[in-house]
Amino acid sequence: MMPVEVSSVKKSYGNLKAVDGVSFSVGKGEIFALLGPNGAGKTTLIEILEGLRKRDEGTVKILELDPWENSNLLNRRIGVIPQSFTFMDEATPKEAVKYYATLFGVSVDPDEISKEVLLEDSATIRYKNLSGGQKQKVGLALSLVNSPELLFLDEPTTGLDPNARRAVWEVIRGFKVKSKTIILTTHYLDEAQQLSDRVAIMDHGKIVAIGTSDEIIAQYGSGETLEIHGSDKLAAYVKAHTDLKVEYDGKGLIRIVLNQKTDAIDALDAVKQSGLDWGEIHTHEDSLDDVFVKLVRGTMDEQGEIKTAHDNNTSRSQGRR
Amino acid sequence: MASAKRIIADLELYGRCVIRGRTYFLSALISPLIMMLAFGAIFSFFSGGSSGPISVYLQNQDNGQISTQFINALNSTGTLRLKSVNKSENFTQYLSAHSASEGVIIPVDFSLDYNETKPVNVTVYVNPSSSSSAVVSETVNGVINAFNLKHYGGSPFIGMSQTTVNPKVHKYIDFLVPGLIGLIIILLPMEAIIAVSSEYKKTKLFKQLSLTPLTKAEWLASKALWYVFLGAISFLEIVAVGIFVFGANISLTVWLIPFLILGSILFAALGMLAGTLTKDPEAANSVLYIIITPMMLLSGVFYPLTSLPTYLQYVAHVLPLTYVTEGLSAVMIYGNYMQATLDIAVLAVITIILFVAATKLFKWRED
Repeated sequence: MMPVEVSSVKKSYGNLKAVDGVSFSVGKGEIFALLGPNGAGKTTLIEILEGLRKRDEGTVKILELDPWENSNLLNRRIGVIPQSFTFMDEATPKEAVKYYATLFGVSVDPDEISKEVLLEDSATIRYKNLSGGQKQKVGLALSLVNSPELLFLDEPTTGLDPNARRAVWEVIRGFKVKSKTIILTTHYLDEAQQLSDRVAIMDHGKIVAIGTSDEIIAQYGSGETLEIHGSDKLAAYVKAHTDLKVEYDGKGLIRIVLNQKTDAIDALDAVKQSGLDWGEIHTHEDSLDDVFVKLVRGTMDEQGEIKTAHDNNTSRSQGRR
Repeated sequence: MASAKRIIADLELYGRCVIRGRTYFLSALISPLIMMLAFGAIFSFFSGGSSGPISVYLQNQDNGQISTQFINALNSTGTLRLKSVNKSENFTQYLSAHSASEGVIIPVDFSLDYNETKPVNVTVYVNPSSSSSAVVSETVNGVINAFNLKHYGGSPFIGMSQTTVNPKVHKYIDFLVPGLIGLIIILLPMEAIIAVSSEYKKTKLFKQLSLTPLTKAEWLASKALWYVFLGAISFLEIVAVGIFVFGANISLTVWLIPFLILGSILFAALGMLAGTLTKDPEAANSVLYIIITPMMLLSGVFYPLTSLPTYLQYVAHVLPLTYVTEGLSAVMIYGNYMQATLDIAVLAVITIILFVAATKLFKWRED
């Protein structure tokens, strides 16, 4: 049996379907990323898997246990960093690890765990004085205290600067080396690509795509295209003189779908014969970013965070206030 | 199954964080001192006057009509609220058992002696340090004078003798010390637990703790133990200021320990229960004051319960703080251990109910 088996899970808040019939499974030692914009239902889903929220419908088996009914048993076998991890302001990371060790009834070396999460230099600094990245590492350290078989990391790098994010990635890669099974939620595409074996893209409570990055690109991407900067007349000429699929975007870019290598030669011959002006020519293949943006109908900001139309409208209206 | 190790681990880390947070810890240590000094200084000038009728226990050992007329005359003054005590009771013990110091005994053959113009004495129990006792004494004396004037032309056939329940003389400060201890026992845990509960909910720290083997009961037990410890320090501060600064005349016995322990646990549990209502720290403060204000005013913190109107005394006995202040007064002032035992029993029951209710109703996880 897989460590994580989820089947037809639903959860609603009034009329809002936060999780709408989600099914997937995660294999032992796999890092599985739930990717989606804010409000996609990632946190609700992961909290259902952790036993923090009760589902309305469907079945969930985590390490062969129902997380809501058997949370006491499950807690001893999983490690969790909840979204916006926090701890007692006046406690140090070392004290926090000792505290968790006593709660779990296990014997651990706080220095060793601090080293494992790259926190050894800050182990005696009070939590309130730690940086955002260090605070997240405290969360990582605490999630390791009970030597969990399965780790849930809910947006472990949200709000961190690029350096802190990379430092947390290093720690998570360390977990991967130790073959820990990890479920990770994120709204950063690069994070999902860098860390995970498989990705599930969530939008409006549903999984809209699942698989490895390559599988998702192959399934939902547009394949290879030839892109030529030119006029609508040029596009019409190429379309009329070849059997190729030609699209004009109305802004001076012609896209030609390349089903085989020779399609590019046919297209360029037609361009040359037209006698019309043309500019830059290059080929393009969809990335996970393109597929993601297409699937969730959003855009990506400079940090690589996905923004949906709703997010953009909200931030614009906030900016006007 | 609750684990002592987990409770101690939580207690240790919470206590350490509170002490490191300095401001709260120091204010928790200093506030009992300030409270005792301020209230002691203000109220030591008063001796506990009362604006309404004074509750007075009355035992009529006579069977005649004159004693009935005498009681009617006392009632008609509007100054006293008479509470009848059965003839078979030992009156002194009865007053002591009810933590009362004021009472009246109409003796056997009062009516017969009165009709036969034989001298007869009405006994009045007073607390010499209390102004309400002076009012009781003067009221009874006034009625006696009226009876003497009406039937004997003013000759004093009916006399009055005064006595006290307790050979010790009590000042207002003696009542204030147990009252303020009760106030601290409610304030310290409730204020902190409501604040911590709302903060932990807001920051989702409770969610994190719910993912560990720590149970809500263990979490609450560790907090209650911390406030037993802080309550004990506050108790010592209030008692020391009461005795050494204001000369309070109070007894210190092991009987006080159950009140300190049960009171702290009870109000920690009530704080957690109140914390179920909100996760907004500001709203939590409002909830706190809604709960503690009636108790501060009605539970005998600043004056003896017996000085309240009867209906408010009933209301007071719905409030858990009443059993703390009543029990502490019974032990520290009257040496009334029967009353103290009853109060401990009531407190124990309320504590268990609130502890169970708080751990059941407070949610770490979400449906």
